[in-house]
Amino acid sequence: MFLSVLQLRYPDNIVILRHNHISTMHSKVLLTAKDVDIILHRLACQLVEKHLDFSQTVLIGLQPRGRFLAERIAQILEKEYQISHIELGFLDITFFRDDFRRTEKPLEANKTHINFLVEDKKVIFIDDVLYTGRSIRSALTAIQSFGRPADIELLVLIDRRFSRHLPIQPDYRGRQVDAIANEKVKVQWKDIDADTDQVLLVDDNPT
Amino acid sequence: MKTLSVNHLLGIKYITRDDIELIFETAEHFKEVINRPIKKVPSLRDITIANIFFENSTRTKLSFELAEKRLSADTISFSAAQSSVKKGETLIDTVNNILSMKVDMVVMRHSNPGAAYFLSQNVNARIINAGDGAHEHPTQALLDSFTIREKLGEIGGKKIVIVGDILHSRVALSNIFALQKQGAEVRVCGPKTLIPKHIESLGVKYEPNLRKALEWCDVANMLRIQNERLDVNYFPSTREYTQQYGLDKDLLDSLNKEIIVMHPGPINRGVEITSDVADSKQSVILEQVENGVAVRMAVIYLLASKIQ
Repeated sequence: MFLSVLQLRYPDNIVILRHNHISTMHSKVLLTAKDVDIILHRLACQLVEKHLDFSQTVLIGLQPRGRFLAERIAQILEKEYQISHIELGFLDITFFRDDFRRTEKPLEANKTHINFLVEDKKVIFIDDVLYTGRSIRSALTAIQSFGRPADIELLVLIDRRFSRHLPIQPDYRGRQVDAIANEKVKVQWKDIDADTDQVLLVDDNPT
Repeated sequence: MKTLSVNHLLGIKYITRDDIELIFETAEHFKEVINRPIKKVPSLRDITIANIFFENSTRTKLSFELAEKRLSADTISFSAAQSSVKKGETLIDTVNNILSMKVDMVVMRHSNPGAAYFLSQNVNARIINAGDGAHEHPTQALLDSFTIREKLGEIGGKKIVIVGDILHSRVALSNIFALQKQGAEVRVCGPKTLIPKHIESLGVKYEPNLRKALEWCDVANMLRIQNERLDVNYFPSTREYTQQYGLDKDLLDSLNKEIIVMHPGPINRGVEITSDVADSKQSVILEQVENGVAVRMAVIYLLASKIQ
């Protein structure tokens, strides 16, 4: 194969990938199940360090894909840190997006499930991939429907560097990834869309 | 990704079962939105909608206006009584004048059947029919079905009887189309004079006896006697109508099962249903009104997403 992938690991968890443009391979594993597991535990640990018993903190998974990550983080917090009563909600941002009528495809909504008020709470947004930052902007508006949070933080599994359209950065990041525009970072979860947890880099328009 | 098969909502007749399903899925999300502390989303902030009501309406007009506002659309509303229609302006002229103020969507109620269709052929905007004479009232039928679905889980295989003035009712026709498209069985009940002659051609059976109809059905949709449309005497007296076709608590309790009672409003209490039935726990009249906003938000949102 003519695949030449230069993969450099920096100490601060940055992965740089360079694809040969005549690559015939369509996807590459960025993180294996083991990597994902280690990262999830580190993220949970970082959350505990800052939020202690979570009495004033709520976790909000951003629909559709942030939900799975939020559920996993909550699971770890409950099982390994014995934090009970974690308030976990799922926020759908479809009706708050800024590209309504600007995309070919109509925007399809998902369920919002937040059965608590976020008034004066510390809110942690959880999403799988941070890319342009536009979803987060929408989420910042959407969450206001449920009250005025004390503060809002952002946790992402994958942070795509240099691709932001807005001045938004995560507070907790799993892994930083450099990927070019026509590449997609796909996070797959065991029992939901794959046999195992993994993060893939997929070439959208293979040549 | 799913999208509506039509550009206007002129009647249930013109939309598919998939369209209905899509509207309901979207309406469920909006129902969650309107139960939030802050009940508003910014989706339609660059859309302007005109509500043009050539016929009186309270519920439908308020419901549409609220739906538009909850979607952050700009709205203008007018009623024929205060408009230049009285000065002799034609429908197309009136609407085109409104459209030249850069309006994207028109919600219209008109006393002429086909008025919404006519408008959709002649002006450049998305049209939502909010009732055209005795023809169709699609959003009412959608919210009725949505309410039944919420109560019974699904519509397919369910039995629904529509009672009252079928002849002059746009709600009845739209409901018949909507329920049949979703696989329900529909019967009508009422004085023979208020039943359209060829109702069987729609696949709808006529049942003259109210008790039999109620014993057969899962859901009874009680229509209002539309005194304003009764040009001749269709029945001897309101009292006699109530005796034959009015639903009271004794009749409801004497049935061998619990049925759901619906009414599109406005209710003539003591005529088609008594107060204790309207306020009983089997009645879903106020749920219908709540669902009306969510369903109309869904219709407006889905049609607006097709505006280029």
